[in-house]
Amino acid sequence: MRIVALGDRAFLIEVGASIDEVTHRRVRAVLARLESRAIPGVIEYVPAFASVAVHYDPARVPPWPFGESSSPHTRLAVALSAALEQLDDAPAAPSRTIDVPVCYGGDFGPDLDDVARLHDLLPDEVVRIHASGDYLAYMIGFMPGLAHLGGLDDRIATPRRREPRTNVPASSVGIGGRQTGVYPLVSPGGWNLIGRTPLRMFVANREPASLIGVGDRVRFRAIVRAEFDALDARRLAGA
Amino acid sequence: MTLRVQSAGLLTTVQDLGRSGHQQEGVPEGGAMDAFAHRMAALLVGNDERDAALEITLVGPSIVFERETLIALTGADLTATIDGRAMRLWRAAVVQEGTTLSFAQARAGCRAYLAVAGGIDVPLVLGSRSTYIRAGLGGMSGRALRGGDVLNIGTPPPLSMRIGAALRQPAQGSVAVGGWGAGASMRPAYTSAPTIRLIEGSHTRELSPNSRTQLTDGVFRLSPHCDRQGFRLEGPTLELMQPLELISEAVTFGTMQLPPGGAPIILMADRQTTGGYPRIANVATVDLPLMAQLKPGDSLRFTFISLDEAQRLYLAREREITQVKRAIELRHAH
Repeated sequence: MRIVALGDRAFLIEVGASIDEVTHRRVRAVLARLESRAIPGVIEYVPAFASVAVHYDPARVPPWPFGESSSPHTRLAVALSAALEQLDDAPAAPSRTIDVPVCYGGDFGPDLDDVARLHDLLPDEVVRIHASGDYLAYMIGFMPGLAHLGGLDDRIATPRRREPRTNVPASSVGIGGRQTGVYPLVSPGGWNLIGRTPLRMFVANREPASLIGVGDRVRFRAIVRAEFDALDARRLAGA
Repeated sequence: MTLRVQSAGLLTTVQDLGRSGHQQEGVPEGGAMDAFAHRMAALLVGNDERDAALEITLVGPSIVFERETLIALTGADLTATIDGRAMRLWRAAVVQEGTTLSFAQARAGCRAYLAVAGGIDVPLVLGSRSTYIRAGLGGMSGRALRGGDVLNIGTPPPLSMRIGAALRQPAQGSVAVGGWGAGASMRPAYTSAPTIRLIEGSHTRELSPNSRTQLTDGVFRLSPHCDRQGFRLEGPTLELMQPLELISEAVTFGTMQLPPGGAPIILMADRQTTGGYPRIANVATVDLPLMAQLKPGDSLRFTFISLDEAQRLYLAREREITQVKRAIELRHAH
C-alpha cells in the first residue's frame, strides 16, 4: 500500500494496480477502516477500482502536540498510516445484493438484436446470459449513481457503438466493452442498449441517493412489459 | 425578499462552496470556480462564507432588487452598474428598492460573484445549493438562471444588518458604497497571463524530458473548450515516455490530465469524481482563483513548487481570509 499526494488537498492510497475482487476487497477494507476513525482534517473518501482517495483541508489538520513543525500533508500521512495498521485483521464489510428488474429488448433495448447477431446468439440467449450474471459494483463514478459493474460474461461483451447516442434515456441498461450498467440520468452514451429498468439509479433526495453502492452485488432480472409498467406506475405514484 | 432576474446573461448560476460527502456516489463537488472571490463577497455582506451567491460568467445578467438590499460584487470586472452608475467591486453596498444591477463588456477576468445579505435561498440538495447542470442538481431547479426567474433571499444575519445600517448613513441616492473592502493587496494577483504554480503529480516523471521542459518553458492558451468541468489547453503538445495503461481513480479540482492527443486538461469545479488519464500535475490551490478567471484565448505559463510550499501558501491565504472576517466583525461589533 502506498500513500501519494494528489495535489495539496488530497491523498491517493494505492492498494493495487488491477481490477479484480481481491483488490476490491482491500479497497473496501481500507475505506471501512478509515470511515470508522474520525481523522481530523479529512473531508471525504473516494474509493475507486484499486485506490481510495482522501480529500482534506490542510487548515484543519491538527498540529502535533510537540516536536518540530511540519506540513499538514506530513501530519495527515502519518495519521492515515497509523489508522491503516494491521488492516489484514479487518473483517470484510458486508455486501448487499441489489435486484434490478429489466425489461429487455423492444423500444427499451434497441441494440439487443445487434448484440445477439454479433455473437451469433438469439436475443433471448443474450437476455438469459445477462440476467444470470453475478455482478460486483467496483465503484460509482463518471456521473452521479453510475455503478461500474464487473462480471459481464465474455460471450456478450460488445464494443461500444461507433456513433454514440446524444440522448440515452435514464434507466437504460447497456453493454459497453466488458462493462455493463444502468444509465442513471439522461445523457450522451455509446453503450449498446439492451433494456430498461423501472428503477431510478440516482435520486438526489433519497437516502442514499445512489441505488447501488460500492461493493454491492447486482443481479438483473428479466421482466415483461406489463410488470415494467406496473413498477413504473408504482414509482411515479411515490410508493 | 427577492431578486428578480430580467435577463440572465451567458451563464449565471447559484453556487456555494460545493457539495462534499457524496463523491462516493459519483456526485461532483462543484461549487464556486473562484472560491476566493465567492468567500470575500460573502464576508463583505456579513454572510457565512458557505452561503450561496450568484456566479456570473462573462456576459452578466440584469437583476432588479425588489427591496433595499446589502450586496457585494467580487471577481471579474464585467462593467457592473447600478441604475447606470458604475458599481465598485470588492466593496459592500446598499442598493435601494427598485434599482437594477446590470453589466456591459468583460474588462478583466471571467467570473463575478454577487453576494446578497442572507444568501440566495434555494433548497439544499445533498447538502449544497450549488448548481450542477449536467445532472440537474441544486441551484435554481438544477439549471442556469433565465429571464423572469425570481430568487428568494435568506434572512440576513445580525452582522449584515449592522453593516447595512453603517452604510446607509448618510444616504447617497440609489446606492451607498462602503469606504472599505478587500483591497488589491489581499487579493490573488489576477491577470490574463498568469504563471500558475503546479505541484508534481503521480505521472509528472513519466513525461518525456522534452515535454517536461515544455510544460514549464512553453506558453499555453485556454482553448474554446473550457467550462466549469475543465479547461482544455492549447500550446506545446506533451507526451509521455511511454503510454500508460491506467485504471480510473479519483481526481481533484486542479488536476492536470494528459489525454492521448497531448493537449493537457485542467479539471475545474464540476469535474467528474474519477478519471483515467495520466495526471501530470496539480494546480496549487492558491492559484485556482487565477485559473477560474481565465477565459478562452488567455495565455498562461506554469512553474513547479513543492507540496510543502503549496501548503504554506494555502495556510497563509486562509489566515488572511480569517483576518478579513475578524476585521469586518470588529468594525461592526454592535
